[in-house]
Amino acid sequence: MLVWSRPGRMLIWAVFALLFGVLFLAPLAVILLSSLAEQWNGVLPSGLTIEHYSNVVRGAAWNAVNASLITGFLASALALVSGTWAALALRVQDATLARVLGVLFFIPSAVPSVSVGLGLLVAFSHPPLLLNGTIAIVMVAHFVLISAFTFGNVSAGLARLSPDFEQVASSLGARPAYRLWHVTLPLLAPYLVAAFGLSFALSMGELGATVMVYPPGWVTLPVSIFSLTDRGDVFAGAALTMVLVAVTLVLLLGLERVAGRQTRS
Amino acid sequence: MSVPAFTGSNVMDVDAAKIRGAGSNVHFDKVSVAYGAHVVLHPLTLDIAPGEILAMIGPSGSGKTTALRAVAGFVRPASGRIRIGATDVTDLPPYERGLGMVVQNYALFPHMRVEDNVAFGLRAQGADKALIGERVKDSLATVGMSGFSKRYPRELSGGQQQRVAIARALAVRPRVLLLDEPLSALDAQIRRNMVEEIAKLHRDLPGLTILYVTHDQTEALTLADKIAIMRDGRVSSHGPTAELYRRPPNRFTAEFLGRANLLPVTVAEGAAGPKGLATAKLGDAVLAGVARGEKPGDKTLLCIRPQHLSLTGDEEHTNRIVGTLREVHWQGELTHLVLDVDGTPVRVSATRLPVSLPERGSAMPLFFTPGDTSLVPEDVRG
Repeated sequence: MLVWSRPGRMLIWAVFALLFGVLFLAPLAVILLSSLAEQWNGVLPSGLTIEHYSNVVRGAAWNAVNASLITGFLASALALVSGTWAALALRVQDATLARVLGVLFFIPSAVPSVSVGLGLLVAFSHPPLLLNGTIAIVMVAHFVLISAFTFGNVSAGLARLSPDFEQVASSLGARPAYRLWHVTLPLLAPYLVAAFGLSFALSMGELGATVMVYPPGWVTLPVSIFSLTDRGDVFAGAALTMVLVAVTLVLLLGLERVAGRQTRS
Repeated sequence: MSVPAFTGSNVMDVDAAKIRGAGSNVHFDKVSVAYGAHVVLHPLTLDIAPGEILAMIGPSGSGKTTALRAVAGFVRPASGRIRIGATDVTDLPPYERGLGMVVQNYALFPHMRVEDNVAFGLRAQGADKALIGERVKDSLATVGMSGFSKRYPRELSGGQQQRVAIARALAVRPRVLLLDEPLSALDAQIRRNMVEEIAKLHRDLPGLTILYVTHDQTEALTLADKIAIMRDGRVSSHGPTAELYRRPPNRFTAEFLGRANLLPVTVAEGAAGPKGLATAKLGDAVLAGVARGEKPGDKTLLCIRPQHLSLTGDEEHTNRIVGTLREVHWQGELTHLVLDVDGTPVRVSATRLPVSLPERGSAMPLFFTPGDTSLVPEDVRG
C-alpha cells in the first residue's frame, strides 16, 4: 500500500472519483441523456423520450449493427489467426529479426486511420487488386488497424509461457501440430480471448479508415453515428451510440467470462 | 487424501516388469554445444549403460543441463554425435527420440486432468484407447497416484505433481528418462522423501536408463550408479558414485561431492602394502593415506571427510594431527567443529562429543584411519 494514512487514502479516492467522473462517466452520461432528450436547450434536457431509439431501430440501425458485428468478428478472427501465427513464428527467429518484424507489425497502429483508409483506397482501386467498393476493403482496413494489438497480446502471452510445457510435450512424442493444438494454444487461450476482445472493441469503434472505404450497403455503426451527427441529428446519433456501447459491452462481458474460465483452468 | 508411497514389489506384478529392460544406453561422442562463439559444452564423450542412473552435477553454468537438453533434442550440438541404443539421434527431432522427461517445475498441462496428462504422450503417438487406459492406470499406480486421476494439477501438492510428471514420462515407456533438477522446487522434507521414492522406483524398474541432472550432491549420492561432475562445460570427473566420493580424482570433485578437508602434504614414500598406502608429511606429522601413484617429494592434498575425523584415537585411527579449535556449531544430530591445522581450516562432524571440550583457541588432537583418506592432486581440470 503506497498511502498508509486514512485521510491520505480518502483524498486519493476523491481525486480518482473526480477524474473518473469527469473523464469517463460525464461524456457517457451526456450521450445517454441526449439519446433520451426531447429538447436540450438549458443545463439539462427539458423532457425525456424513447422516440430516438424507436426511430433508429425503425431506420437502418440494425443493418449498421449487423455490418459492425460481422466486420468486427471477421476482422478480429483474421487478426487473431495472423497475429498468433506471427507471434509463434517470430518466437523462433533470430532476436534482431523478431524485433524488427515486431515493430513493423505495430506501424499501422501509429498511422492515422484516415491515412490507412486512403492508402487502401489508392492501393486497391486498380486491377488485379480491385477491392474498392466491396465489403472486403472494409475488412482489410479493420484487419490492418487491429492486427498489431492481437500480435502484441499473443506475444505477451507467449513470453510468459514456460518453454518447459512444449518441450516436455515434444519429448513425449508430440509432433509440432499436435503440440500446438493440444498444449500451446490451450495455454495461450486467455491471451487469445483477450486479444480477440480488444480487437473486436477496436473494430466496433473504428471510424477514420472505414469512412474512407465503406461501400454503399455496408454502413457500420460509427459511420451511421457520424452521418447522423453530421446532419445535425445529435439525439439520434446519441441513441445509436448507446446501441453501439450496449452491443460492445455485452460481447466483451461474454468474452471476459470465457477468459476468466480459461484463466482459472 | 493421503498419498501412498511409490509402490514396491506389488506394482512390479502389474507394470514394472513390462518396463524392465526398456532402457537403452546413451552415448555422447565428442558432443559440443556453442551459442555463437560461446562454447557451453566442450567436446563430451560419455556413456550411460542401459538401466544405469547417471547423475550430472555441477554448479550453475557448468553445462549439465545443456548436455541433457542435447540428448532431448532441444539444443543442436555444434559437433559430435549422440546415440541412444543403436540409433544416432543427433539429427532427430525431440518427438522421435523415444524419451521421457521430467523438469523442475513439473510442467503438467494445467488444462488437463491427471489422467489426461499421463495419457498425453500415448495419445500424441496415436496409441489405441485400450492401451492408453491400461498404461495410465499402471503408471499412476507405479507412483502411488491412482486415486488422483480425475484431479487437475492445481488441486495437487508439489510432491504429488512431481509424481504425476514421473508417471507421465513413464507411460510412454521411454528408452531413457531425463530428469532435469526434478526436485529443486520441493521443500527439504518432501525432497528427501522423493529421493528415496525415486530410488525405490528405480529398484522396481531396473531396466530404466536415467540421466539425472541436479546441483544437489545428496540426490546424486543417493540415487546415482555413476556421477559425472561438470565444471565450465567439461566433465571434471566421472565414475561410480562410491568410488568418486571415496577417491576423488581432483580438488574440485572432493569439494563439490560432499564436504572435504584438503590438507597440503608432501609425499614421503610412495604407495606400498596391500592397501596402497603412501606416507606424507604435514609439518612434523607423518600421515598415511591411500595413494594414486604419487612419488616421493610430490606436493599433493590429503583428503579427509569431516565425519572420518575422530576426537579420540584407537588402534584403527592411527593418523594424528593437532589443530587449534576455532568454532563449534551444534546442529542437533551433529556438531561441527572447525580447527586450524597448519593454516588450513579443518572441519569435523561429530555425533558425540567428549564430556568437556577444550576452550576455543586450545590445541586439540584429531585422529583418522589411513584407509579413509585419499591423496588428491591439486587443481586438475577435467
